[in-house]
Amino acid sequence: MIIHSIFFYIFSIIAIFSAIMVTVSRNTVHSVFFLILDFISISCLFIMIGAEFIGMIMLIVYVGAVAVLFLFVVMMLNVSQQKNEWLSGEKNSNHIPIGLLISSVIFFELIIVAGGWKYKPELIKSFNNIGIDLNTTNTHAIGNVLYTDYIHLFQISGMILLVAMIGAIVLTFRNREGIKRQSYFNQISRERNEAVEVVDVEKNKGVKIDV
Amino acid sequence: MLDYLIIFFNEVYKILFLLIPVLVSVAMIVWLDRRVWAFVQKRRGPNVVGPFGLFQSLADALKYIFKEIIIPASSNKVIFILAPIVTMTLALVSWAVIPFSEDYVLADINVGILYLFAISSLGVYGIIMGGWASNSKYPFLGAIRSAAQMVSYEVSIGVIIINVLLCVGSLNLTDIVLAQQKLWFIIPLFPMFVIFFISALAETNRPPFDLPEAEAELVAGYQTEYSGMMYAMFWLGEYANILLMCSMGSILFLGGWLSPIDLYPFTLVPPPIWLIIKILLLFILFSLIKAIVPRYRYDQLMKLGWKIFLPFSLIWVVITASYLFYFNLLPVN
Repeated sequence: MIIHSIFFYIFSIIAIFSAIMVTVSRNTVHSVFFLILDFISISCLFIMIGAEFIGMIMLIVYVGAVAVLFLFVVMMLNVSQQKNEWLSGEKNSNHIPIGLLISSVIFFELIIVAGGWKYKPELIKSFNNIGIDLNTTNTHAIGNVLYTDYIHLFQISGMILLVAMIGAIVLTFRNREGIKRQSYFNQISRERNEAVEVVDVEKNKGVKIDV
Repeated sequence: MLDYLIIFFNEVYKILFLLIPVLVSVAMIVWLDRRVWAFVQKRRGPNVVGPFGLFQSLADALKYIFKEIIIPASSNKVIFILAPIVTMTLALVSWAVIPFSEDYVLADINVGILYLFAISSLGVYGIIMGGWASNSKYPFLGAIRSAAQMVSYEVSIGVIIINVLLCVGSLNLTDIVLAQQKLWFIIPLFPMFVIFFISALAETNRPPFDLPEAEAELVAGYQTEYSGMMYAMFWLGEYANILLMCSMGSILFLGGWLSPIDLYPFTLVPPPIWLIIKILLLFILFSLIKAIVPRYRYDQLMKLGWKIFLPFSLIWVVITASYLFYFNLLPVN
């Protein structure tokens, strides 16, 4: 048990420290790396409470895919310069009021959730009625609930993601003219008689070849 | 307190017993890779140091250790040094869940295959960190290429894993191997094995998908600014990853430690030997491909990943699921 709590404190200290460093660090790429460290330590915490499936999915989705895209964007755009201008006070950021609003809303929501037991202690007890079977792995447990009771919500959230993805593709897609594209089918199906043509060239006149 | 120490030393002993063979075999397969490559091209390959040139990798390692480590002045030093360490560590931690026989496995966790998948998806960070921190054009281009490539091929590897999991009904690697006692998954899922193999080539940046370090275009890609032991760390991490992909392929499709036929002379061979033989066979296939296939163009690579492999493996998921459902073969527990 001592070892367990030592590991818990190590991971949670790393998580809180890196969460602070995400906002504080001057170099934007560093803050993305701290964000990744934060994700990893939080997934370690998930694994420690026995939610190994959620921990692994957290690693795969957030660290393996989302943070890579973050890193891409941050490396390509020179965000750090703008951030330094804001930090040194040369320019004013107009995102600060909106950011404050959103963060305070999230903060109050967290207070409501975390402090809920204070006002309604029977809420926690009602969780025990769900009936968690300790013999099944939590992959099975999640699957049993997700694909039976909540199948419609699950499918709808999938559809929303699909629509968002297609929307992003449609917004950025533009059909550019005059680009030569490779077509495997045309390349393979070419025959000799349509690819090679023997032309008699008259002297001092030349030939015009249509491509 | 003493109990904790005993547990601690016991675990350290087990980890060393796994890691040292892995590191030695990484050095050996580098030699094997060069040897196979040479034989295909009718050369001799490394054959001077030791019998058949077996100690060539050790000599190379010695050379790398004594070389000077150069850190570019304009690089981001912390991340520059961290990048090879990340690559190497990630390549080694995933060996914790590989089962060498029914009871010889370091950590027999419930979500073993997800752990493997997660760690292999983290592998991209070593490359991005190295490429970005070098603060130079070729490494950056190489890093961006390889990040896009690894993220795209991970998707199809994930879908292929779903195919196997549908037949097993468990995420545990030991269960996956035990489910193949009657029939190895390579037989019913052969197209998936082919796609897995090609995606593994792309995931480990091996030829014909070695665009991140395409020497004709990008000098050496993300490794351009690295020298000495730091370069060797990248290189060892890469080969450890290749071995890992081979072992993943043999566990998912070739029946892991199971012997091909459950008969008398074959059952005498200890199970880990079978796994090692399968890994080596897959690895020789890896190095043969390196010798005989020309490099892909970048747009062809992306097209192959997203437009051919992903839809095909998705369709195969539907086929597998409907087959299992129709014939009532779905594993239920």
